[in-house]
Amino acid sequence: MTEASDGTAVDSEGGAGKSLSLTLAKALGRSGCDVDRICDLRRLSGGASQETWAFGAHLRDGGVEQLILRRMPQGERPGDLSAGPELEAQVIALVASAGVPVPAVREVLRPSDGAGRGFVMNLIEGETLARKIIRDHAFDQARAEFADQAGQILARIHAVDATHLALRVSDTAEEIEDLWGKYLRSDMPRPVFEIAFRWLRSHIPDAGEPRLVHGDFRNGNLIFGPEGVRAVLDWELTHRGDPREDLGWLCVNSWRFGEIDKPAGGLAGREELLSAYERASGRAVDRVGVHFWEVLGTLRWGVMCASMVEWIDNGSDASIERCMIARRASETEIDLMRLLSSTGTAHAG
Amino acid sequence: MQDRPHAAAILAAVAAFLREAAIPNLPPREAFDARVAANALDLVQRQISSGFTREALEQDRLQTLLGHDGGLADLNTEFALELREGRLDASDPSVSEHLWATTLDKLAVDQPRYSAYLRTLQERQAASGEN
Repeated sequence: MTEASDGTAVDSEGGAGKSLSLTLAKALGRSGCDVDRICDLRRLSGGASQETWAFGAHLRDGGVEQLILRRMPQGERPGDLSAGPELEAQVIALVASAGVPVPAVREVLRPSDGAGRGFVMNLIEGETLARKIIRDHAFDQARAEFADQAGQILARIHAVDATHLALRVSDTAEEIEDLWGKYLRSDMPRPVFEIAFRWLRSHIPDAGEPRLVHGDFRNGNLIFGPEGVRAVLDWELTHRGDPREDLGWLCVNSWRFGEIDKPAGGLAGREELLSAYERASGRAVDRVGVHFWEVLGTLRWGVMCASMVEWIDNGSDASIERCMIARRASETEIDLMRLLSSTGTAHAG
Repeated sequence: MQDRPHAAAILAAVAAFLREAAIPNLPPREAFDARVAANALDLVQRQISSGFTREALEQDRLQTLLGHDGGLADLNTEFALELREGRLDASDPSVSEHLWATTLDKLAVDQPRYSAYLRTLQERQAASGEN
């Protein structure tokens, strides 16, 4: 989840890498890609449940293709909210045909490949480090275009008919109770989370017809060039549900990386984003519903941070970085206090 | 009583060593981890310098709100349950003031440069200037 670990090479695995290279060459061969050899296979760190690898595929005709493998190694199970890589690949292909910028999916791993579950896609050059995109002059134009672009991309995603795919259909009330279970398991009473849960349970907006939702649309999961968004990544949490979830999540203060007055990912204003979305979708967006999803998104990130204490206590990941992210739960408490004060639920600071 | 230097001063020395001597000589990935480590030392320093006083104040406020004595962890658990059941809620100014004071104190230790923390402090300062 951290921006700092995005795209940083951590290791290249010797022996395991060799058999993985052979598997990749074979898998790519299925779609007529005549691979001579796989080079520079390197593990990029990234999500907790998925591995990301980068490699070059040298073709027999002399060409080289730069590709990415997203996979769950054998034995790993997708998280309960995860679509799973096969479905993720189908969704990426579906939204690509609707004009959403995504990396083209090249091949989906099969059980007979013996390399776990996953898929190969094109590598897209660009920047994912949120802080750079927010501050560097190189991205001035990208920032100026962001509200329009994000509004248009989200409107396109939400307009895709994905009813034929076996995607999870989320129910807002169930979503809250699922999060409540995670909070209780963290076994640390948090008064601010308690009032946030109570507020959410009594303000659930009518979700309308379920739409295709990205599920993690934020700065950090978008590849930028100086001209703007080049690709939307990380479709792991895609599902069908209330499209305002994506709009609210994008506005969560933690993804503004300090640019508190630019709610849309630290890059643009909330109204700019929502009116661009309305223009692109041709549908009015209810601001109260987006606010609800921003509160729920903030609480979700807070519960995720708080749950990391369990990994630290049981030794599964007791790294310094993990400890520091766990201590970020309090940032969501102040964001929740501010969000709830704006509704009159709590008094202003 | 332990001798001086105080634990906070020792942590400050280690953090300074990381930033000034170690990090410039480390490869990028390790330098990144070492910066996170130096930030972690700063956090622990803030907690041992002021966190315990802040927790004592939190305990006092909870005793007043709940009307009885107790340890901080127990009081906080009880307070959370009162909010869960709706017997107390944030529309009560004393509850809301406690939530704000506790949240601001946590941020002062965890992330004193977090945008919403700085903004809240500014707003409070502006409001107290008006009064």
